[in-house]
Order: sequence, then C-alpha cells, then structure tokens
Amino acid sequence: MKTIYMDYQATTPCDRRVLDEMIPYFCDIFGNPHSSTHIAGTIAHKAIEKARKQISDLIMIEDPNDIVFTSGSTESNNIAIQGVARSYKLEGAKIITSPIEHKCVLESCEAMKREGFDIVKVPVLENGIIDLNALENLVDDKTVLVSIIFVNNEIGTIQPIEEISKICRKRGVLFHTDASQVIGKIPVDASLTDLMSISGHKTYGPKGIGALYVRAKPRVKLMPLFWGGGQERGIRSGTLPTPLCVGLGKACEIAQQEMHEERHRLMELGNYFIKKIMDNLPKVYLNGDMEKRIPGCINLSFEGIEGEALMLNMPDVCLSSGSACTSDSLSPSYVLEAISDREEIAHSSLRIGLGRFTTLEEVEYVSSKIIESVIKLRAISPLWEEQWNIQKK
Amino acid sequence: MEYSKEVMLRYNNPQNVGSLDEMDPDVGTSVVGAPSCGDVIKLQIKVDENGKISEAKFKTFGCGAAIASSALITEWIRGKSTEEAKQIKNKEVAEYLSLPPIKAHCSVLAEEAVDKAIKDYFTKKNGGVDGKIN
Repeated sequence: MKTIYMDYQATTPCDRRVLDEMIPYFCDIFGNPHSSTHIAGTIAHKAIEKARKQISDLIMIEDPNDIVFTSGSTESNNIAIQGVARSYKLEGAKIITSPIEHKCVLESCEAMKREGFDIVKVPVLENGIIDLNALENLVDDKTVLVSIIFVNNEIGTIQPIEEISKICRKRGVLFHTDASQVIGKIPVDASLTDLMSISGHKTYGPKGIGALYVRAKPRVKLMPLFWGGGQERGIRSGTLPTPLCVGLGKACEIAQQEMHEERHRLMELGNYFIKKIMDNLPKVYLNGDMEKRIPGCINLSFEGIEGEALMLNMPDVCLSSGSACTSDSLSPSYVLEAISDREEIAHSSLRIGLGRFTTLEEVEYVSSKIIESVIKLRAISPLWEEQWNIQKK
Repeated sequence: MEYSKEVMLRYNNPQNVGSLDEMDPDVGTSVVGAPSCGDVIKLQIKVDENGKISEAKFKTFGCGAAIASSALITEWIRGKSTEEAKQIKNKEVAEYLSLPPIKAHCSVLAEEAVDKAIKDYFTKKNGGVDGKIN
C-alpha cells in the first residue's frame, strides 16, 4: 500500500539536499566544534557558524550570535519561559500566554506557577486569533513575559505578532514566540520579538535540533535549564551536534530560497482542496481563520461524524484529528475547545497538512477519499439523521 | 489506532445499520452517549409475539470501536429473547473485538444501548410501567 503523507504540521521529511549537506559531518568532519586548538575542531566550528548565519538570515536578524542551538522547539520553549521567569522573578511574577499554545509552553508555565508565578491566559477569538484588547489590559507592571505562539499547530492561524510586539515594547515586557510552525512558510522577522523558538523537523530539517533566538541588545537574561561547559553563551551547555546544526542551517537556506514560490503553490493547492470538499459536502466548517493562516494547514470539522472513524476509512492517508478518540488521554483538542463552545467540533475535526512534497494528484485523491468517507459515515450517523429530520420538518 | 480484523470487518461493512419505526408498539428505542463526548449510539429492537428480538438496528456517531461494538451487539441480540439479550456483557463485546483497553467504554455504551432499548420496549408495552424486566 502506497501511503500519502498529509500531516506536515506533525513533522516533515528531511529534505535530501539537507541530508547530503549533513553526511560529511558524521564520520569525516567529526571534530568537536568547541575544540579551538586544532584544525578538526576549527572546521566543525566554521560549519556551525555558517548554519547560524543561514538561520539568522531566514528570520531577518543581523547578528548570528543571537541564535542558540537546542535539541528542538520543546527545549527552546522551556529555556525561554523558565529562563526568563527565574532571571526576572524579582521584577515581577506574572506571565501571559494563550490557551492555544503547544503543550510544552503550557506545561512550562504550569511549572512556573508551582514556583509562585501568576499565569494568565489571554482569550482567543472564534477565528483562533488572540484578543489584542484583552492583552493590552492584561499586560501590567508585574508582567515579565508574554509568550504567544506565532502560528498554531492545529489550526494554522497567524497571530498579530507586530501588534503584540508593540504592546510588549510599550510596557517594557519581554516577548517570546514559538515559531515552530511558521519558519520557512511566510517571512518572519524575529527582531519584533525578544525570544523565538525554532524547530528543525518542522522545516524539512532533521529531528533533534532546534534553535532559540535570544536578543542580545539589550541582552535578555536567561537562567539555563542545566549546567555544563557554558557553550552557547552559557544558555545551553553541551557539545553541539555538528551534523544536525548544519542540517538546520541548510533547511533554513532552502526555505528562504523557495519560500515565495512554495507559499503560492501551497495556497493554491489548499484553496482547491477546501473548495472541492465544501462544494461536495454540506455542513463542513473551516476551523481558524480563512485569511490569516499559513498555507498548507487545513483544519475542517465535518458535522455528524467522528474524526477517528473518518481516518479509519483511508488507512493509506496520514492525517490527524482533534477528536478525543485519537488521543491517549481521551480528551478532545484543547485548541479547538478554546475557539468553540461546541465540543463536537473537536470530535469531528480533521487536520490536513500539505507541504513541500504534496502533489496535485495527492490532493485530488485525498479530497475525493474524504468526501466518499464522510458520505459513508453520515449514512450511519444518528446525528446526521437527526439533522436531516430537522431540515425536512 | 490498530484495530483487530473483527473491528475492521464491521467498520467496513456494518450489518443492521438503519432505523425502525419509533411509533411501532413492538419497537424499543435507545439513544446513549453524547455528541460532546464523541460517541452516540441509537439502537432499536423489534420484539415478536414470542418475546424474541426479531430485528435490531443501529446508527452510530463515534470511532471505529464504537461502530463495531454497536454492529456486533445487534448481530448478537437478533433471535434472542429480551432476557437473554440483557445477559450480554460489555466485556464479551470487548473481548470478541479485541478492543484496546482505552476503547473499552465503547463496548460499555453498546451494552447500555441494548439495556435501554429493552427497557423502552417494556415501558411502552406496559403503558409507562417498566414491567417484569426490572
């Protein structure tokens, strides 16, 4: 069975060009990049500094030294939130975040709550965008950090980063954003923020590598999560994994070169996908915002059917759902719950993730398969029957 | 989620899907679960003059396990007396379908649907009094 991958928000395949760039750094150029006494170390060091430059170019910052390598955006988010909280505790004990953050941000905030911080969540509007007026009112003298996800991983909505930045700058509050889902998809200007988390595997790079942009002027103080040789400006100790760093750099370089074209291609494919589904099926809802979203992330709810049952009808297609039945905890997506008071929206949801290697043929096949599956499942759904009866009356 | 062959068989080709006339005095109807929980089973039985379940129909909103559990239980209760049908336990459904532990609640819901449909049948028969069955 040939499988079709449409779950690009979960992870992306590593681009072959990225892998090719990485290969020499495993066995041939293996020196410790922190060994400055010999040529093996120096070559590895140079490769890492090149990667740092490639990353900083993509996120539009001048000084590559503002980039700190980490193991991924989970670590970057943990460092940013806990690092700021523990460094600035004396200046205030309030962190503002949103209910639609990634688990690692929410859990980091929970951890800080146990250390005495006040965690406040800014409300999210029905389209998945945070309420800016509410944020403005929430930011006060006690606030040390605002952490808002740039693009949500489930619904793909783009937050108003510029406006959030303005609110934070006005009050002198640090601003962190988890940019895992947005890097390489649309232009991103990290200088609007003080801290920005980046992931390798969401951008056709390798798994196990990420980065954190840490503004140096004026310097953001970050208490490290663990201690060691003081690498990465003391923020993240440990020998850097040269091949992975090189891979992340190359992934950023490719993304920068191809972003413009790829963005339009995916927007066209995605819009075609949505239109075909909506033209062929009644009562389908797009979760999130139709305009303010990254191309390639499509989250739909199909009234009357459950997400896992829907996916079961297409075992050759890799998709995901916010339904409780697909989660180990049996709780539905908290992101969809935050934007709708109807819990069944989450149970009936399907996330379709298009990416670099998605073709029109795949879009045709999967959309047709979804239409066919929804019709089949609605025929056996008591909720759809009820709908139908109400309509007939 | 990896399901057993028995689940996939019923998910792909469920028997007994449909509805019976709710107004028929020989029909008992139940609706269990809630849309907000992600599972709703509507189950109907028709009982003949010998007290046997001659027809069983269902419609299910839910995951593969919920669909398979309701399909299987309608297969099992057909031809049985209401008393015998009440003896079927969710554990037997879960075991037959090799449901993963996290999906056990789907079989519980199917058992509940049968019990409630039988109860509804007797409530209707006895003019609002839910007769000998309890």
